[in-house]
Amino acid sequence: MKKILIVGATSAMARAYARIWADKNAAFFLVARDPVKLQQTADDLLARGASAVHTAILDATDIASHKTVVDDCFNKLSAIEVALIAHGTLPDQAACQTSVDTALTEFANNGTSTIALLTELGNRFEQQHFGTIAVITSVAGDRGRPSNYLYGSAKAAVTTFCEGLRARLYKSGVHLVDIKPGFVDTPMTQGLNLPKALVATPETIATYIDKAISKKKDVVYAPWFWFWILLIIRNVPQFIFKKTNL
Amino acid sequence: MTSSSVQSWGRYPHKPQFVYSAEWRNELSTLLHKLTAQHKSLLPFGNGRSYGDSCLSLSDHVVQVRPLNRFISADWQTGRIVAEAGVTLEEILHAAIPNGWFLPVTPGTKFVTLGGAIANDVHGKNHHVRGTFGCHVIQFGLIRSDRPACVCSTTENIDLFTATIGGLGLTGIIDWVELQLMPVESSQISTVTIRFESLDEFIQLSNELDHQHEYSVAWVDCAAKGDATGRGVFIVGDHCKTGDLRVSEAKKLNVPLVPPISAINQLTLNVFNTVYFHKHKSTRQYALSDYDPFFYPLDSINNWNRIYGPKGFQQYQCVIPGGNAKAAIHELLKTISASGNGSFLAVLKRCGDIKSPGLLSFPLSGISLALDFAQSTYIDDKLFPALDKIVSEAEGRLYPAKDAHMSAEHFQQYYPEWTKLNQLKDPHLCSHFWNRVSSS
Repeated sequence: MKKILIVGATSAMARAYARIWADKNAAFFLVARDPVKLQQTADDLLARGASAVHTAILDATDIASHKTVVDDCFNKLSAIEVALIAHGTLPDQAACQTSVDTALTEFANNGTSTIALLTELGNRFEQQHFGTIAVITSVAGDRGRPSNYLYGSAKAAVTTFCEGLRARLYKSGVHLVDIKPGFVDTPMTQGLNLPKALVATPETIATYIDKAISKKKDVVYAPWFWFWILLIIRNVPQFIFKKTNL
Repeated sequence: MTSSSVQSWGRYPHKPQFVYSAEWRNELSTLLHKLTAQHKSLLPFGNGRSYGDSCLSLSDHVVQVRPLNRFISADWQTGRIVAEAGVTLEEILHAAIPNGWFLPVTPGTKFVTLGGAIANDVHGKNHHVRGTFGCHVIQFGLIRSDRPACVCSTTENIDLFTATIGGLGLTGIIDWVELQLMPVESSQISTVTIRFESLDEFIQLSNELDHQHEYSVAWVDCAAKGDATGRGVFIVGDHCKTGDLRVSEAKKLNVPLVPPISAINQLTLNVFNTVYFHKHKSTRQYALSDYDPFFYPLDSINNWNRIYGPKGFQQYQCVIPGGNAKAAIHELLKTISASGNGSFLAVLKRCGDIKSPGLLSFPLSGISLALDFAQSTYIDDKLFPALDKIVSEAEGRLYPAKDAHMSAEHFQQYYPEWTKLNQLKDPHLCSHFWNRVSSS
């Protein structure tokens, strides 16, 4: 039986991933901020076939509580095969430019909270000597674009952190995969005017996450075409890039 | 809020609907109140499988309930499930089959939502033994703009329970549903298939076989003329008493784009129908079928509704009561084949006499005929008025879920209880369909 920890369990991508494994009778430990949505998510997975669903309420920026929640998870599940870190927000870049507090709060939501969790989980997985940690970052972390560089820099910090942690955990038989979705049709992106052809469903991203975990990929762009788009964007020289409004 | 738009399955009338997504059921009431302040009328929208304009909001702004697709509880001892209204029948089968349960009633597509199945009080190949979908609904939650959320069942808010079943989404937004499933021992269907040469023969077969089998349906050759009118293929089936409980993972084809003209024309129709008819034998053929191709042949082709071209299509589905059925269906088929229009898939189904709790439930004890027509001015101006005359005179009626043309006069004749629904309707919900058929 698969044992899965999900942080940010009420996010659309996390729920879609969890459903793949609920079907196959996995046991879950779900972590999220909103107790009502967390319960609704847990009930759904149980009815769809999950063998057990444990929950914990946590605001990921409450770093002092991370250890308690991770301890609770290991107590309930006894081991974790997959840990998926999926929490996050989509900050308003303009607001982050006028308020330092907003900027740092959003950096905590998308960057430092994940780094803190990965530190705690990394140590536990290192002792466990098996399992996969999957982290959802973003294609936005590949380049600092004027329209959302606060979000992008937080994701970039996580990606770089993951690269180092992956190399460390590799030696103890633990795998770490960095999932970089492009535009996804979720409540987080509602109201944004996104090019339809590039928008993926959370279910599509979930299958990428699942494959990336089972095939022990290191970094995965989801869907695949974002790899090529970002390859081009990463190679635009600064003197041109700084003139864009991307 | 998203800026995406949706349309009805027939892609006619062309009225793209602006979508507001309902993501969490505890936020639905707040969302509805917020939106009613902005728009004169709204309508819940499920998975867009209604054919005509009954799922199109009068203001062209809908509340998309499909994201409410969570199960709330499932008791596999009793086969009772509680789920949000956006859960599709496919998702229910996925969870239920391995546990030995099946939908008590299923329409010809598994891509409808629970909410949509109730709002249209759908029926299936077992109408003669199980009635409509609404007969198996234990209770549901209803969110309205003019009163607090309430629970509707046969004992609580009975008036809203009966008005909502077949109520076309007009009585409020269903947020969750409790449904009684049917136990099965296998996901396979044992089938008997036999060709018939006339409507008389169809009725004989139906009289002989319907009461012996759970499922019964017939394909009818809508292009056949003269003596061949009413010929077709009769299919009955039952859940196997033994076998696997396996969810189908059928490979899917796709219609990737809309062809510039309809792919269905007199030539393709005649060729297909003749070949299909003669492919079947006049002796009884026994076979085992997976449930998926048996119930949902068209679900294996994604976006099949695109084959009718940019103008879209209309489905014509009527039911003619008992005594008048044979003569009227014969007349309908004659009129259709003479016109040269129609579709590969034309369905004859004997409906039973089990009464639905719904006020505006479609089926009557009699024979139902359903087929698609590529959209054209010819069908609007000539063919449909001729068919409507036959249906109306035979005291039959049309199915609102499939309709984009029914007149107010006919609707009010077919569904005398419509005034009750009109009284119980949520003042902020209205469809293009309702606007048309409720006018005086």
